[in-house]
Parts: sequence; structure tokens; C-alpha cells
Amino acid sequence: MKNTLLLGTRKGLIAYRFKNDEWKIENISFEGVPVSIAYADPRNGTWWACQDHGHWGVKLQRSKDRGKTWEEVIAPAYPEGAEVKDGMPATTRYMWSMAHGGNKHLSRLWIGTDPGGLFVSEDEGNSFQLVESLWNHPTRKEGWFGGGRDLPGIHSIIVDPRNEDHIHIGISCAGVFETTDGGKNWAIRNKGLNAAFLPDPNAEVGHDPHIIVAAPSNPDALWQQNHCGIFRSTDGGQQWQEVSETGGPARFGFAMAVAHDNPDQAWVAPADSDEIRTAIKGSLFICRTDDGGKTWKQLRKGLPQENCFDITYRHALVSDGDAVAFGTTTGNLFFSCDRGDSWEVINNYLPMIYSVQFVD
Amino acid sequence: MAIVKFTYALKRFFPTLKETTTSGKTLRAVIEEMEARYPGVTRYVLDDQGRLRQHVNIFIDGAMIKDRNSLTDPFQENSEIYIMQALSGG
Repeated sequence: MKNTLLLGTRKGLIAYRFKNDEWKIENISFEGVPVSIAYADPRNGTWWACQDHGHWGVKLQRSKDRGKTWEEVIAPAYPEGAEVKDGMPATTRYMWSMAHGGNKHLSRLWIGTDPGGLFVSEDEGNSFQLVESLWNHPTRKEGWFGGGRDLPGIHSIIVDPRNEDHIHIGISCAGVFETTDGGKNWAIRNKGLNAAFLPDPNAEVGHDPHIIVAAPSNPDALWQQNHCGIFRSTDGGQQWQEVSETGGPARFGFAMAVAHDNPDQAWVAPADSDEIRTAIKGSLFICRTDDGGKTWKQLRKGLPQENCFDITYRHALVSDGDAVAFGTTTGNLFFSCDRGDSWEVINNYLPMIYSVQFVD
Repeated sequence: MAIVKFTYALKRFFPTLKETTTSGKTLRAVIEEMEARYPGVTRYVLDDQGRLRQHVNIFIDGAMIKDRNSLTDPFQENSEIYIMQALSGG
């Protein structure tokens, strides 16, 4: 297990380190400033903080010394004249996902934003450019819309380690898009999804994948916690199958994680329905499948079972080896060293947690 | 020369920020002048398309500016230009 947990929270970036069998705070940065994504680049150990200053706009910070010092770099900005819709100028409203470009593109970084633009840096994050091919996709202006946020947003970026120009992204609301040429061309990969909220649930775009994750041991095994259920694909998103639990709670939620060594093992954090969005019947639990979504187990040991209102945001449930961690909207942070069979509390008094990452 | 004043909240990011005179004849020129003195400050005040950010206000002699997109509100040589943030959130 990696020994650091990096958190993006409503009130700053928080890093925990596991030492002598205990999680202890190593670093708190940007106290009071919302950090939508805290991200550590595993290639070089650089920490990134995607900030969402309410007044002053989004800002991007990086640290090369584990948060001791930070340097502000220019955040992704839309080129002059870019429009979300006709007559609505585009400005970066939120940074919602971040991913490194792989070991063949050592200087490359990706950032997904609201209002729907994907940005790439080819110089280690010193500057970011809008990926025009996706921004100019013929479906965007008429077929993409807000979900989770007021305008469309890119919350998932999955770079295939076998071919780092092969990338899937997830957009709420538009769905899954795939490029095989480093972002020059994009194909829609929504077959098999069900957008129950649309007049045509099988529409080509307009789907709401809350998060998309790929199995490290088989990057063609994709999973998504969607607004309308849990889906998986075994062929790189060409076709999706719904694997929600029939009659059970593994259905609605935001977050999802998949095991590093088993493409059939995955975790979700169920929430009580689209309409209510709290913990189900006041109790907190994680669901795990060990068989590719055929069956789901409820993992409750060590988690509060009454008077809970927590839900888990889309970037706040992660796994690494046997370790699983998740952080909630009411500032609870939980850890499991046995793939979720049992849980311990790391802290009950954190700010609202937006993102969690296991880091070296 | 007009005087530019800033909200204290910006000092967290620009510790040397202080009340300053400006020779700019338009609001945009004033902001460009401030950018030269405090590199990066424009991105805190204006968005990607050069519009005043939603939760930022500029007052000229106590009156809120009207043109938040093109920043064409006029001011006098002895005006006070005050850049502040909305009070919101929690």
C-alpha cells in the first residue's frame, strides 16, 4: 500500500501519512480554499492542487516538496472568443479531473474542466492548451449539458498505459468519449448505457457517467458509476452492460474504484436515490463485487450505521492493493486494510471531501 | 491621477499589494498597469474572456461599475477606483 493519502477538500489540501500503524496529518495547505482535486503525479512525485476560489476563479498550484512550498502556475484558460453556447463566453469555472500523460509523454498532463473543455500541457504543466478537437466536437453545443454542475464538465480522464495516446474521458452530461490518437479525433462510447432522464434513454450523447475507472490489470475493463446505475465494459467501452444490483442498494451513487489486480473486483459507495442523495436509511456502507458485477456485498463493519447523512463524491473512493479509502461530504475519512471487509475511522471532523488519492 | 484601492482579501495572494496611483485612462488600462506591478493579478480579477469575475466588483467613487464585460465605465483624474470581492460563501 502507498503510505500517503492526499485529499482535496472544501477547505484546503490535506495529506495523511501512514506511520507506525497510524494515519497522521503530514501537510495542510491552502487552509480555507476549496481544492476540487488534489493530485500527485506518480511519475515525479509532484503534487497539484486544483483550486476553486469562489471570488478569484480557478487557480493551479504545484509542489515539488510534498506541500512544503507551492508555486502557482497559469490555470487552463479558454482562448479568446470560445463559447459554451452561442452567445455564452467560455471561462474555466472548475477543474474537475487531472491525469498524467504516461511514461512515453513525460511532460504531458491532462485537466478536465467545467464548462466541458479538456486541456493538455506538453511542458509539465507550465502552460495548458484547450483540446480544440473535442471542444469542436459536433455534439457539444447542442448535445452536452450540465449534470452535477450547471454546465458540462469532464470528471474522468483515463490514459491507457499500453498506449498513452489512447484515452477515455467521462463527461456529465454527454457520456464517454475515446481517442486513439492523443486527442486529435474522438468517438462516442455510450452504447449500452441508459439515460433514463432523457426523452430517448438510448440517445447517442447526454449520458451521465458520474465516474469512469479502468482496471489497472486490464485497461479494457472499464467501470462506471452512472446516474442511472452501475455499468461495466470488457471491451474498452465499445459496449456497456448494466451491473446494478437487482433490488439492492448498489445502484445510485457517485464514486467507484476497481482493484489493481482483479478487473472483476470493484467498489461503489451507494447513496439513496437521485431524489434524496443521503446515506441509505441513515447507515453508511460500501458495496463490493468480486465477480464482475454479478453480485454485490455490503461492507458495513466499522462504519456508522445510524444517523448518517454522508455521501461520497465521485473522486473520493480509491483502492490500492488491499487498501481502500473513502471520504465523505460531511468530512468523515475511512480506511480499510482488507479490501473493505472492515473499516476504521481516520478522522470525523474534516471539511467536505472532494478527492482522495493514494500516493507514494 | 486616479487612485486604485484593493480589498484586503487579495493581499493573501499578493502580499505587497497597496493603494496606488494610476495613469491609466480606461479601466482596462488601469488593470494592465496593475498587472505590470503585480504579475498575475489580472487573472484574479478578470475571467478568461477579460470580463470582471462574477464575484468581483469595481466601484468608481463609490458607485458600482455598469459594464462588467468591456469595462468601459468612465472615471475622472481624481477618482477612487476600488476593487473588491462579493461577500458570500461559507
